Amino acid sequence: MTMYRIEVEDLNVYFGEDHILKDINLKIPRNTVTALIGPSGCGKSTFIRTLNRMNDVIPGFRHKGHVYLDGKDIYDPDVDVVELRKKIGMVFQKPNPFPKSVFENVAYGLRVHGITDKDVVENRVVESLKAAALWDEVKDKLDQTALSLSGGQQQRLCIARTIAIEPEVILMDEPCSALDPISTTKIEDLIHKLKRKFTIIVVTHNMQQATRVSKYTAFFLNGEIVESGLTEKIFIEPQDKRTEEYITGRFG
Amino acid sequence: MIRMSFKLISPKTVQKIMNRVLWASGIFTIIILIVIIGYILLKGLPAVNLEFLLAEPIESGRAGGIAPMIVSSIYVTLLAVLIATPLGVGAAVYMAEYAGETQIVKFIKFGAETLASIPSIVFGLFGLSFFVIFLGLGWSLFSGGLVLALMTLPTIFQVAVVSIESVPRSYREASWALGATNWETIYRVVIPAAMPGIVTGVILGMARAISEAAAVMFVVGSALSMPISIFDPGRPLPLHLYVLATEGLSLKNAYGTAAVLVIMVLIVTVTTNTFVERYRRKMMGR
Repeated sequence: MTMYRIEVEDLNVYFGEDHILKDINLKIPRNTVTALIGPSGCGKSTFIRTLNRMNDVIPGFRHKGHVYLDGKDIYDPDVDVVELRKKIGMVFQKPNPFPKSVFENVAYGLRVHGITDKDVVENRVVESLKAAALWDEVKDKLDQTALSLSGGQQQRLCIARTIAIEPEVILMDEPCSALDPISTTKIEDLIHKLKRKFTIIVVTHNMQQATRVSKYTAFFLNGEIVESGLTEKIFIEPQDKRTEEYITGRFG
Repeated sequence: MIRMSFKLISPKTVQKIMNRVLWASGIFTIIILIVIIGYILLKGLPAVNLEFLLAEPIESGRAGGIAPMIVSSIYVTLLAVLIATPLGVGAAVYMAEYAGETQIVKFIKFGAETLASIPSIVFGLFGLSFFVIFLGLGWSLFSGGLVLALMTLPTIFQVAVVSIESVPRSYREASWALGATNWETIYRVVIPAAMPGIVTGVILGMARAISEAAAVMFVVGSALSMPISIFDPGRPLPLHLYVLATEGLSLKNAYGTAAVLVIMVLIVTVTTNTFVERYRRKMMGR
């Protein structure tokens, strides 16, 4: 077992004729938070969607290179996408709970994966809601529709839903971009708590957020990784001029 | 401000006038509805009593009741909906989830639109030659149900396609990301979220089926006696109404039949709308 949970080797991604990601190499250590920063359209979202094969459904998607999860290439023909997504969970930019009850939202992944024992499901739902720091706020309205929760609660519910299937990695695609500052703080606190158990990759537009939550940072620009390494190092003494220009707000 | 001074009428006045015009169109629609229903009920309800609802017709409907017609109507309508709903919803799911924008999709859509615009009497004629004669199903409520299923299919299909397509992509992505397959996503997320729309489509189809005289007149056999099974001939309410009115049997009973028909349609639409609304509110939290 290497110390890296995910290793990306010479990854190139194309949508039809468009070359979206170019020669990406990145190693993601276990039980840490890695932030992906960069201006809009630089390929960050495409990149994390490549990690749980969400791009598979997009017409014209092709890739070259390798993405290893614990040493196994996730694009190998014998990899079961369903099993893969059980190991790599994802939280989206806009909170997207199902139009079902709070309880059913969290139980969804369990039911999909064939867990039917009522006590097991109930335990896992409660634990996941607690782990997502949402339990106290929703314990009296588990039967209510998830769409009646506030935006920040909905996003924590989406995190609870992901935790419930006990993944190894959680991908977060700008999880706070639709939230107010207080909700954002709650999600950031949560990320800190969750990194003990999970490997987290978070895409963010917000520099401060990257410095607050992550240990490692990768800076994307025009489909390439310009620079990656310890967050502190990237923000204090960037090696590349473009990184410096971006983090000091000269473009982006 | 400068640009405004060149206009003959100020935009504000135009807005005011348009508000009135649009309001009037809305009110006019409601008035038509109220007048028609009111007129039918006013003329028809005096003929409706318990005997009218529970007895068989006497002397071709000059007297007696319309019980066999109510039963016939329920048979053919339920049959039509039971056949057309799985077909229409299935086709809609295929179109919206699997097929993409391919040649066959365009062809299916075109087919549904064309099917929806074929006059009902033509469906009736087709039913006579195909179901009654070719397939040997005879003049029966079953044949009538099949014809009505063909007629309601495009309605149910089209409404279902729209409601399935309007389910946000984000629901599907969330489901895939949790490891659900395409089918699980459709069955556990997409269809429940589209359900209010699908039910509305089924009700629209049902309303069309229950009001059809032309489509069923050649295939149900127009019998006056109480149908026991769906393989018996029968006479749905609209057909009975048509016969009573055109053959000069009893205009009073024709209006009575119309009133019963209108009330049945109203009961079905109002109750389902209530349930759909309640479900939607429970789901969306508003």
